Amino acid sequence: MSAGLAASPAADPTAGATVAAGAPARAPRGRRQRRFAAVVGKRLLHLLIVLLLVTFASFAITDLLPGDAAATVAGENATPEQIAAVRTELGLDRPMIVRYFDWLGGVLTGDLGNSFRTGQPVTEALAQRIPVSFEIAVVAQILALLVAIPLAVYSAYRPGKLIDRSSMAIGFGAAAMPHFILGMVLILLFAGGLSSILPATGFVGFFDDPLGNLKSIILPCLTLMLGEAAVYRQLLRSDMISTLQEDFILMARSKGLSPRRILFRHALRPSSFSLITLAGVNMGRLLGGAIVVEVMFAIPGLGQMVAQAVYDRDYLMLQGGILVIAVSYVVINALIDLLYAALDPRVRRRG
Amino acid sequence: MTSIDAGPADQRRDTRPPAAGSAQTTAPGATATRPLLEVDQLRVHFATPAGLVRAVDGVSLSVRAGEVLGVVGESGSGKTVMSRRAMGLVGPGTTTRLSGTVRYDGTEISALPPAELSKLWGSEMAMILQDPMTSLNPVKRVGEQIGESLRRHLGLDRAAAHQRAVQLLRSVGLSEPERRVRQYPHELSGGMRQRVTIAIALSCDPRLLFADEPTTALDVTVQAQILELLARQQAEHRMAMMIVTHDLRVVRGHTDRVVVMYAGKVVEAAPTRTLFAAPRMPYTEALMNAVPPLTGSNHAVLRVIPGRPPNLLAPPPGCAFAPRCASAQERCLTEMPPLRSAADLAGASPGGSAAGAPAGGPAPAIAGTPDDHVYRCWYPVGTEAGDEARRTNIERGHTAAGTPILAEAV
Repeated sequence: MSAGLAASPAADPTAGATVAAGAPARAPRGRRQRRFAAVVGKRLLHLLIVLLLVTFASFAITDLLPGDAAATVAGENATPEQIAAVRTELGLDRPMIVRYFDWLGGVLTGDLGNSFRTGQPVTEALAQRIPVSFEIAVVAQILALLVAIPLAVYSAYRPGKLIDRSSMAIGFGAAAMPHFILGMVLILLFAGGLSSILPATGFVGFFDDPLGNLKSIILPCLTLMLGEAAVYRQLLRSDMISTLQEDFILMARSKGLSPRRILFRHALRPSSFSLITLAGVNMGRLLGGAIVVEVMFAIPGLGQMVAQAVYDRDYLMLQGGILVIAVSYVVINALIDLLYAALDPRVRRRG
Repeated sequence: MTSIDAGPADQRRDTRPPAAGSAQTTAPGATATRPLLEVDQLRVHFATPAGLVRAVDGVSLSVRAGEVLGVVGESGSGKTVMSRRAMGLVGPGTTTRLSGTVRYDGTEISALPPAELSKLWGSEMAMILQDPMTSLNPVKRVGEQIGESLRRHLGLDRAAAHQRAVQLLRSVGLSEPERRVRQYPHELSGGMRQRVTIAIALSCDPRLLFADEPTTALDVTVQAQILELLARQQAEHRMAMMIVTHDLRVVRGHTDRVVVMYAGKVVEAAPTRTLFAAPRMPYTEALMNAVPPLTGSNHAVLRVIPGRPPNLLAPPPGCAFAPRCASAQERCLTEMPPLRSAADLAGASPGGSAAGAPAGGPAPAIAGTPDDHVYRCWYPVGTEAGDEARRTNIERGHTAAGTPILAEAV
């Protein structure tokens, strides 16, 4: 995370293009770096507090759930003595607060414990599943933005015209449909019912078979992106429409610039802040795994892992998943703040 | 320079009959130079849920090459919409109804498609807006915003545009132009930003500049500097300019001619000195009296114009100013006065009654602009009919529109 943050002061997209090195207008380097370090420090503290709260809450909630991990592990025919023995063996007889700090100590040394059910180390399970969920989340987001931005820009330029109205109608249809229905429809269309050009379930690793990987993620990604693209289009369209009323757009027109340049170079950037905020929130959510979609398409991602852990009362596995979800939320939020600063020079000042 | 073909324009120049009876009627001998901008019977009506708003309702005016025209009026008089329509920035839309013609350098630009119009924007015609805080893009560097026009119209590359942007910033009086080009608008003060917008507007050497309230959003001291800068640039570039403003003080020192607008119509037009010496329309006179005099008592009571600008949704049948006018008679309420020439006013008492206006008859016309003084009023200021109307209203204590009136208020 800190590596990503540290790269940011240079991430000024226009600086290199118009000006050579050395800007006398900027504050002295030392002062800027100190201010930057303060910002990063605050972020890290923020991250720490959020993680403690989230993981403690999830520990407490799992503890309150009916059902017994020891009984699950001991098997259906186990005697109460056997179950008690298993409970002692797993350390579940200790108070919740003791177990929490025990787990927390493990986190600091990189040990997240083992799955009760399979005995697999939680870190190993996460290492297998994070890349899968990450790939699907990133591809779905990129697709959603690629579809939504041009549609939103054109709809704002010609509101009420065919493109605006039809993309709104289709979008609302997609957004109103729950993922499991949308997924079924897509499976019917492309994986069985009407044609079988894509696999209905399963996941192929990218490094095993890039083409197979692509095929296996298309349907889950489509299911995830359609509704999001509709929401993004709607949001960006309305922000664009209000930006297009601004004086600086009139000024840009009076300079004789082409509509395309005005829309994409003058209006899009100042209109994109709500979109970025929402896309960031969605990205954080998807990185934690899209449970319904992963279960439906049998994608071995984080969401599926977390869902299984809840069934099994496999609380260390569940804790591991929740830790990843919480970290990704906070990191994405920090990245979004940096993106604001890159997009709007006025934000850079406030620090 | 642009796609405008000189040939057809010249033909039109020969065949077009001289416009008569409108604001730009010119005296004999002055017809050799055709105006750079000719606006003829311009109408812009907006269809709103409440009804049709007649923002601009039959405006005719002209601007000669190198001339400075002031367009004066209150908020809602239609002056801004008129200037934007003249430039072509207000185009036809589902709720916008347009009529009338605009000719620029002989070409009927009101009939041009948007792509053709945009070739003129920035290169032939440019615009400055009221508030430099909002008229510059907050997320683009100053240099880039200047360079865009240069690259579009003059085909400069990035480096050359940058160099030229620095020169332009220097020419509008910004210190450290090399540093300014890399700054963002929020890093500059209001006056500096307005200098930047002027630099943008002048970047491609336009022949016509529309300045819409160019100083209204600025501090008074900065206002003077910006007006000074505009005047100097106008003279250096030999550029024509239309200054749209509500501020008569801006108009007085910086224009050759003035058009006064009210409720979407031209109510008076004259060379600046003639207008200030002998306003004929009571509205013009009232505007002059509403400005505090520079000399005289610190506590001079300003003569506020009573009432509000007219409702453009349902304009009154007669003169739109009648409800607020101290001279209003019955005729003003029912019959719209036409634009008439002040030259026809036989035995008009010179000077009018405008406070602070230099006495001594109509000022000599400014060389090269022998324009008529026209006005839209049944009882013009400074005539027997006008004095009589005013006297009648004072005696009965109210105008024909029912507005109370006191002797000391007029």
